[in-house]
Amino acid sequence: MTEPAQQSETKAQDKGIEVGISKLDVERIEKVVTGVLKGETGARLKAYVETCIHCGLCSEACHYYLSHDKDPHYSPVGKVKQTLWEMIRKKGRVSPEFIKTAAVIAHTECNMCKRCAQYCPFGIDIAYIISVVRRIIHRLGATPLYIQDTAHSHSVTMNQMWVKADEWPDTLQWQEEEAQAEIPTLRIPLEKEGAEVMYSVIGPEPKFQAQLIYQAAIIMDVAGVNWTMPATIGWDNSDMAMYTGDNELMGRIKRTHFETAARLKVKKIVMGECGHAFRSVYDMGNRWLGWKMPPIRIVHAIEFYYDLLKEGRIKIVKKFDQPVTLHDPCNVVRGGGLGEKSRYVANAICEKVIEMVPNYEHNYCCCAGGGVINCGPPYKMTRVNGNRVKAEQLFSAKTKGAKVLIAPCHNCHSGLHDIVHHYGVGLDIKFFADIIYACMEKPEATEA
Amino acid sequence: MVDVYTFVSGPLAWAAFTICIGGCLYRLISLIVLAYKKERFIFTYMSFSYGLRSIVHWITPFATENWRRHPVLTVVTFAFHISLVIAPIFLLSHIVLWEEAWDLRWPALPDALADTMAVIVIAGCIFFLVRRLKLPEVQFVTTASDYVILAIVAAPFVTGFLAYHQWVAYPYMVIAHIISGEVMLVAIPFTRLSHMVFSPLTRAYMGSEFGKVRMARDW
Ligand code: SF4
Ligand code: SF4
Repeated sequence: MTEPAQQSETKAQDKGIEVGISKLDVERIEKVVTGVLKGETGARLKAYVETCIHCGLCSEACHYYLSHDKDPHYSPVGKVKQTLWEMIRKKGRVSPEFIKTAAVIAHTECNMCKRCAQYCPFGIDIAYIISVVRRIIHRLGATPLYIQDTAHSHSVTMNQMWVKADEWPDTLQWQEEEAQAEIPTLRIPLEKEGAEVMYSVIGPEPKFQAQLIYQAAIIMDVAGVNWTMPATIGWDNSDMAMYTGDNELMGRIKRTHFETAARLKVKKIVMGECGHAFRSVYDMGNRWLGWKMPPIRIVHAIEFYYDLLKEGRIKIVKKFDQPVTLHDPCNVVRGGGLGEKSRYVANAICEKVIEMVPNYEHNYCCCAGGGVINCGPPYKMTRVNGNRVKAEQLFSAKTKGAKVLIAPCHNCHSGLHDIVHHYGVGLDIKFFADIIYACMEKPEATEA
Repeated sequence: MVDVYTFVSGPLAWAAFTICIGGCLYRLISLIVLAYKKERFIFTYMSFSYGLRSIVHWITPFATENWRRHPVLTVVTFAFHISLVIAPIFLLSHIVLWEEAWDLRWPALPDALADTMAVIVIAGCIFFLVRRLKLPEVQFVTTASDYVILAIVAAPFVTGFLAYHQWVAYPYMVIAHIISGEVMLVAIPFTRLSHMVFSPLTRAYMGSEFGKVRMARDW
């Protein structure tokens, strides 16, 4: 009986954590840990900790575990042992060094994908336990630097990317003008009270990926959707505070988002192809604000495209002819049941869809979600090495003929990009909107 | 000897059953009260049908992805848990005791079958022990209490098996059997054996979240 070898990778240096723990001592840690455990948790955590029979059956659910040759340090329960169990056992009297390790594990070695909840016989919610650990780290001020920076941005600007108040409408106007080259009558309607749809995006779209707003505007215009975008704060549906354990900030962000939609008197919020934002708006943020389900109907892009295609409001001129494989993002498929609709859309716009295995709610996570990619460059290899199994899964889809990988989620997109690149998988990664935009019937196409 | 027997099978048995049932109720009620006080939303999201849907999948052998992945474990764990519960309740010599004390009676299992079930439980304990010692992912999260729990569960079946076959020191074996059974009863509410009480709740809650909110399968 030997203790398994320690994780071999050297852990990245992180200023946020280093500086954070340099201000801590055991007394302070004890106070915060017991404060969170006694004050903020209840029956769930108690039942999870006391019911877990240490059977290890959750291990094979986790892509980190599978990708590290079954190193038990990366199993779901193994990560709980190295973090929360120890805090409970020592009644919160753990060292700053311990907090450092716990911060790295909780923020960069678990994507909170909840796949393990489908593998534990008791349905123990490891992702929730990890979120409690992140909450403790947040209260201790030792959150990894990059993700903490995005949380600060949320707090100051109500968007994730420090987009200034004037940059936002400027970007929309810019994209409107660009799109008018294609459809001269196109508008991106700002502040249109009583529109049917408020379209909301994530911070990185205006910052780096403005063409996605362009594509969305074209799709909305061609489909004749009565839509609007806010000119004020509340346009960003993303939420990194949810992942840093800063629940109060999460509440502020989501309240702003919902209230903006309410002010515009829209019937529903349609959001772009983003997974974590969906989780925040549909599952987490609304609950923090006391809404059982979102106060305004939330429609994820997948569902929105599904409706448009099904109702014939957008037509496909010629289906995308390269064989595609479809990645099921955890937050919308395991978290929102959009697996079937996703396939409907894929089949409606592509000639050939090749399933990867496993799929639907059993799909492997991209390893970027849960805020892990937002912890920044120091952890890039944590994500890439932690998801070799994804590369294998993609390779086998490629062997069956897939050339393009559809990933209808921003985090998945970026995370899969790194994996595809590192392992040389050689798949082109696309959003649904990329393909819809390229293959749909547009006014000028009919004229030509 | 007779005195000891009368004591362990009389007042001590009373105490053990009372502590077991009372303890389980106490744990259950205090958990529900805690949920009511601090996480009342749990009741909002709990769904009877989705909770049950999840439980049914997980108590059916091979009905879940993870059971299918571990065929040997699945067979062992189901045989083990069924035997663990059924054998003591339907063992003829136990029913006789209930009849003497309460004039209650119900059909008994054939002795040979009950005997086999005891062997299954003991074999199951050995299987779990080997798993704990040999599989790195289990060994890594194993604590001393996990071995103690296994011993607590194995003891009444080992002693019962030996007593039934009357191979060694019969009267002592009977007394050891009764005491170890009582230890197990008392341990149920206060050790991780309480998964017997709590697991339907945790499963039902996850089943409800998956069914109602996430609209996905949790098996
Ligand atoms: S990454 Fe997913 S499967 Fe792994 S421990 Fe976290 S929630 Fe569970
Ligand atoms: S499968 Fe569930 S009970 Fe078993 S070790 Fe994992 S969390 Fe604990």
